[in-house]
Amino acid sequence: MTTDPNLDSPRTAVSNPPVQPTRANLGPGDLIRSSATPDLPPPTRQLTPVAKLIDVSKCIGCKACQSACAEWNDTYPEVEENVGIYENPHDLTPDMFTLMRFSEYENPQTGDFEWLIRKDGCMHCADPGCLKACPAPGAIVQYSNGIVDFIHENCIGCGYCVTGCPFDIPRISKTDHLAYKCTLCSDRVAVGQGPACAKACPTQAIVFGTKEDMLAHAETRVEDLKSRGYDNAGIYDPQGVGGAHVFYVLHHADQPALYSGLPEEPRISSVVEGWKGPTKALGLAAIGVAAVGSVLHGLMTRANKVSAEDETQAEQLVEGREPPLRPETEV
Amino acid sequence: MARRMFSAAGDHIESRQPVTVSRYRGFTRVNHWVTAASLIALLLSGLALFHPSLYFLTGLFGGGQATRWLHPFVGVLLFFSFLLLFLQMWRLNLPRPEDRTWVSQIGDVVRGDEEKLPELGKYNAGQKFVFWAMTVLILVLIVTGVMIWEQFFGNLVSIQVRRWAVLIHSVSAVAIILTFILHVYAAFWTRGTLRAMTRGSVTGGWAWRHHRKWLREVAGRREGGPAE
Ligand code: HEM
Ligand code: SF4
Ligand code: SF4
Repeated sequence: MTTDPNLDSPRTAVSNPPVQPTRANLGPGDLIRSSATPDLPPPTRQLTPVAKLIDVSKCIGCKACQSACAEWNDTYPEVEENVGIYENPHDLTPDMFTLMRFSEYENPQTGDFEWLIRKDGCMHCADPGCLKACPAPGAIVQYSNGIVDFIHENCIGCGYCVTGCPFDIPRISKTDHLAYKCTLCSDRVAVGQGPACAKACPTQAIVFGTKEDMLAHAETRVEDLKSRGYDNAGIYDPQGVGGAHVFYVLHHADQPALYSGLPEEPRISSVVEGWKGPTKALGLAAIGVAAVGSVLHGLMTRANKVSAEDETQAEQLVEGREPPLRPETEV
Repeated sequence: MARRMFSAAGDHIESRQPVTVSRYRGFTRVNHWVTAASLIALLLSGLALFHPSLYFLTGLFGGGQATRWLHPFVGVLLFFSFLLLFLQMWRLNLPRPEDRTWVSQIGDVVRGDEEKLPELGKYNAGQKFVFWAMTVLILVLIVTGVMIWEQFFGNLVSIQVRRWAVLIHSVSAVAIILTFILHVYAAFWTRGTLRAMTRGSVTGGWAWRHHRKWLREVAGRREGGPAE
């Protein structure tokens, strides 16, 4: 397969770059969502939705994808200490956008020991919680091909995206105070290339193409796994977040939590929905009404003024000619 | 003089003709205005992140990144500044029986019919409400604010707790802004009040009209203690 420069979205990650110069085709007209931008103009065209499929059953845990990610994004994850597991670094960091997570599972049905290795990273949710939570206009955008991207010049480093994401993905850098996560190699996709991780994967456990193609491919993988005795094999494409543009084939799709805590039914937390929804609308309305109301009330009604009589009374009191106490106070 | 029930240690008759009564010493006034300035800075910087339509307010602080880091620091300043105010004022803000009567006759309060109301100490129930609302809300805001302070406390609490913290922080922010509006409005509407926090004193008539028990005590007319 080769990459056709006339296609709006690349169809594969395995092809080599075209030799002719390519124009970047992800522009402002391709945005379907932008953080804190309620009046975003509609996109000028609809790109073909893309997806990355991670077939966990084919992964050998070699971390070629992780290396390719750091290589392409030019990040230098800190070399950490070996604590007796293969995960390195020990978590996603602002410099490590994808992480192989290793879990050891003793299957009670078969008695087999299984090494479940999952490539963790941004899911590129159709309904992204990070984008919903972000307060900075244009700091998180979603393209019509499904990619969710962080635009660093607009990011303020508040960490709200961390609060919004159902998958615990964004990381805020301690040095430049910007949010980082997998970009689905938007800069490669824009010029017809698939993501670096998919290109590097030696077993093609990571494949890339249109969402439609990837779903069809995933079906064949599930069928194959079922024929090999994995009765619960299935696709993990969480509908709670509207489906995702990175999704998995799992041998135990009935128990996603086995794979280093992949959430069972991820969705944007109702606390986040309540915070970004009614709280903002009602809060702003209440503050507006109170501010305008008190100004109007102040202008239209009589103020509480001290009278000359009050002053005289006070003088008498201070002079010792004390006026009588009011009866109510004699309790 | 007997133990003061309705006034603070420094309150005194400043001049006799016309009568002016000293209500806040210089330290308290500076303390109050530092608190007020930090509250206003917090309100503007917080609202900038609260709603996209107010994001332009980040311009006041030198951009989004600056607003983001400044806000929590001002929050810490507010906390300690208010703590000082609290220590000076809490005793006279404790509830008293006449507060109940005052609240039940809120109509007379709004109409300015103060002759129908009981005599009051240094603070009326409305002022006490503002005081305690600020106290509780600032406590909630500092606790939840630290929990969502990405720069230094990004790993302090779990993400789920952080979601609640940011929700509670924004609801409390709305509540404290409403309280703040009430406070400012009351200070304007009750003419003659502002000078208590600018010049430090009020006129005798003001004290007679709004805080008569306080005036009686300060004038030294009630040395035998209150009627209660
Ligand atoms: C008392 C100490 C306080 C601390 C430590 C604190 C801290 C924070 C932090 C860390 C944030 C997240 C954004 C950022 O990093 O700048 C935030 C947001 C916010 N703060 Fe505060 N804050 C405090 C007090 C206040 C007060 C007094 C107000 C209101 C007058 C306020 C209003 C807000 C608002 C409206 C937001 C935006 C919430 C949202 O986006 O929904 N804060 N605060
Ligand atoms: S830290 Fe996250 S939520 Fe905050 S501005 Fe940056 S991208 Fe948006
Ligand atoms: S996985 Fe998290 S960071 Fe990625 S798009 Fe979804 S909500 Fe945003």
